[in-house]
Amino acid sequence: MNRRKFLKIIGGMAAGAGAIGTFRFLAPGEAEALIKSSNIRWAFLVDTYKCVGCGMCVKACKLENGIPYDAPVTRTWVERYVILKDGDVLADTPKGARDGFTSPVTEGRQVNPADIDKAFFVPKLCNQCDKPPCVQVCPVGATYRTAQGIVLVDRTWCIGCGYCIMACPYGVRFFHPVYHTAEKCTFCYHRINHGMTTACVQACPFDARKIGNLKDPNDPVTKVIMTERVAVLKDEYGTKPQVYYIGLDRNVR
Amino acid sequence: MSHTWKPVFVVLAILAAIFIARTIIVPPKFGIWESGYMYGWHNKANEQFWLNYKAKYKGRDYCNGCHPDKYSAIMNSPHAIIQCEDCHGPAIDHPDNPPKLAIDKSRALCLRCHVKLPYPTSHRNDLPGFLNPDEHNPGIECVSCHNPHSPVLGGMR
Ligand code: HEC
Ligand code: HEC
Ligand code: HEC
Ligand code: HEC
Repeated sequence: MNRRKFLKIIGGMAAGAGAIGTFRFLAPGEAEALIKSSNIRWAFLVDTYKCVGCGMCVKACKLENGIPYDAPVTRTWVERYVILKDGDVLADTPKGARDGFTSPVTEGRQVNPADIDKAFFVPKLCNQCDKPPCVQVCPVGATYRTAQGIVLVDRTWCIGCGYCIMACPYGVRFFHPVYHTAEKCTFCYHRINHGMTTACVQACPFDARKIGNLKDPNDPVTKVIMTERVAVLKDEYGTKPQVYYIGLDRNVR
Repeated sequence: MSHTWKPVFVVLAILAAIFIARTIIVPPKFGIWESGYMYGWHNKANEQFWLNYKAKYKGRDYCNGCHPDKYSAIMNSPHAIIQCEDCHGPAIDHPDNPPKLAIDKSRALCLRCHVKLPYPTSHRNDLPGFLNPDEHNPGIECVSCHNPHSPVLGGMR
């Protein structure tokens, strides 16, 4: 082979590869999704001003979703932040707030009301990210995002490697104490798809938690998210979280 | 046949075995769905598992069918915002299973909301309660004086 022939072949191959590269082969599921995409995108709205830290949501979630009641794991929990005048930030969540907050003692410290700058409760749950890192890292395809934006775990397929638990920036995943597979909040998939609201939303007496459909412009939750000042947790991670908070503070992580 | 071909057949046989095993083990619905390999690689049939999961909390309209006295009492009281199942636990198939729901008379149940936590900007600060509950009739169940379904101070037990 001479030099001219070699360059010709290489050039031809590059051109061919370029031509093929401009086409993207769609899997049947992808093509189907492009044609008829879901008209539901679930999103959550939390009002931290309204939350009183009674923990009824945590109790309801654990009982509804069969998370062993006394195991130190939970799909949703409530954090307390107490920011003191001297700049100290105290934060705790005893038992995930399953039994509520019944004592002013925070992180073992007896807090004098006069020393408090601001103090509030922040309920946490899965953010059902648009770009879920937990799904990205799963080596076996056991965790996935449904068309309605909810991230679920396939208990029969999960190998219990724990990558997703490490990958979640919000720390919402854990091992189920009975099944020993990755476990997480599902926005009560079995309820919201059957005309009910989630167990935590129903249990909340103070309307601090709400769930809605972002693709419905008339949904009251969507209206708040679109027209009022809301924030999300760890926006800078690029995960596009879908739990929106009213009254979030920079001390909340 | 030349002995040099034998390893080739061995390799082909192994490949065929892997292929057959894969077809049997991998569920037919396992594939690449909506969002490609990065986010859409899964067994679509599993969604049905979560859809079929049994709901346990019924909501208080269900209770109203058989306990209308309690329902109307609480709906006309300061506790109107609290769901029955918050205090009594999930109904599941009550009254078939369980025939009776739990009755929690502990002070801890009430103190979830009625310990005063003086947190400015938090609604907790607005609830009636006690900075130190041990000073409000300690050792006695709250419901021996207050009616949980109608906790008005005028109508004490
Ligand atoms: C279909 C009728 C029905 C419905 C609906 C119903 N209950 Fe009951 N409930 C009963 C019956 C019957 C009993 C048993 C009463 C007894 O044995 O004294 C009972 C017992 C109870 C008890 C225990 C009473 C005791 O004296 O020990 C509680 C608490 C209770 N129900 C709460 C609820 C709540 C909360 C709901 C709604 C989630 C509800 N029930 C819905 C029929 C019903
Ligand atoms: C704030 C917590 C709380 C809420 C909310 C609540 N209960 Fe109760 N309930 C109690 C407690 C505590 C008792 C035990 C009262 C006692 O011993 O006097 C009780 C007792 C009962 C009993 C049986 C005892 C009796 O007095 O006949 C029934 C039935 C019952 N509740 C039904 C309901 C229903 C139905 C609702 C919703 C409409 C409801 N409860 C909401 C706390 C609550
Ligand atoms: C989920 C939170 C919650 C729980 C649990 C709860 N309460 Fe209440 N309670 C409230 C709220 C909210 C009010 C109404 C406050 C208002 O109207 O400003 C209230 C009002 C009251 C009042 C009337 C106070 C007043 O100043 O008129 C009494 C008494 C009371 N509760 C007793 C109880 C008892 C007893 C229990 C336990 C069986 C209980 N509460 C459990 C939230 C709760
Ligand atoms: C021995 C009877 C008795 C017991 C037990 C009791 N209370 Fe009271 N409670 C009263 C009386 C009487 C009042 C009204 C006078 C007062 O404020 O002390 C009252 C007032 C209240 C108020 C209104 C306070 C306010 O500032 O408006 C709340 C809330 C309350 N009780 C909740 C509870 C809770 C929660 C428990 C259980 C931890 C409890 N009570 C136990 C008798 C009792």
